[in-house]
Amino acid sequence: MKNKIILTSALALVISGPAFSADGVSAEEVTASAATPEPVVVAQVAGANVFNRNLKKVKVKNAPPPEDGIHDPENEGTYVLQPPLEAYQGLPTSPYGNYVDWVKAIDEKKLQPRWDRIDSSEEAFVMDLDVLREVKASVPDVIFPHRQHTEWLACSNCHPAIFIPQKGANQINMSGILLGQKCGVCHGKVSFPITTKSCKKCHSQPKPEDWTPPLSEATLKNPWR
Amino acid sequence: MSSSTKHSKWRYVLLGVTAWLAAFMIPQAAHAEYGDVVINNYADAAGIRPAVFPHWFHRIRFRCKVCHADLGFQFKAGGNKIDMAKIIDGKFCGACHNGEVAWSVENCAMCHSGVPGTPTHFHGSTVQSLIAPAYKPLEGK
Repeated sequence: MKNKIILTSALALVISGPAFSADGVSAEEVTASAATPEPVVVAQVAGANVFNRNLKKVKVKNAPPPEDGIHDPENEGTYVLQPPLEAYQGLPTSPYGNYVDWVKAIDEKKLQPRWDRIDSSEEAFVMDLDVLREVKASVPDVIFPHRQHTEWLACSNCHPAIFIPQKGANQINMSGILLGQKCGVCHGKVSFPITTKSCKKCHSQPKPEDWTPPLSEATLKNPWR
Repeated sequence: MSSSTKHSKWRYVLLGVTAWLAAFMIPQAAHAEYGDVVINNYADAAGIRPAVFPHWFHRIRFRCKVCHADLGFQFKAGGNKIDMAKIIDGKFCGACHNGEVAWSVENCAMCHSGVPGTPTHFHGSTVQSLIAPAYKPLEGK
């Protein structure tokens, strides 16, 4: 092995002799360093870069309270609580959150939650008004439907503390929403969560035919463009 | 079918069975219902299990408006500083959990059913999946 390395470096010297001498490295130095090669350090990637084909799937959906990990199985009251699956019988399903489509359940009259604490005959004050929000990015624009929201909430829940009821007055972006601001006050906590499966629930209005992504300022100012 | 393919098939079956058995050995993290809130503002310090609020159970019966507009619940886990004194005065949970609309406060273990030491958090919130688990999942239980 060593002999082979020396032979190869000698051959390299013969071929590129002038180049070596131009660098000011003598032939003896080169052969000496080739004879005692530095130990090869293999990058340790095993820990960090384990090939992970799929993220872990949720194995138990709608687990009963004693097995859900936040209720104490040693508490006798835990066993009195209703398992969610029992309550979800017959409700329309969804692929995320509680795996129940709560809005659809109300629309289909499968659920009739009270609008008043005591009076079960009181009806929700529903307002049917869609708000279109144009999105800078290339994802579809957002249509905010008041109807589905007013089925559940009162105006004062959102206005004016979270959303100023005025066009153009609200700065909304996904990073804020993911951190629990604006829409994220509820979405991502109780109402449907923000996953790749749910993007199109809000981003539902396709961009106009002639829409092209706006060029960033850095691109417009680029002298070599 | 040749004998070699038969052999490799059984090897895959064995591998599958082993993987399936191994899945049961791995301790499971918490997988409570989306929207469950653990409230541990004062419970641990008072020597009782933290309270667990199941959103799913309540929204089947009431719209968000009833608690979040009429009863004054803030949209923040642990942000309402609820204590038993307020509840027996008929505020917050006590507006319904008074033996008239829903069962009364003597059923301590129904609410105070959380694993001791679990901090106040919103189970399954996006914020948790972004940064770091807001609480330590159960190990081996």
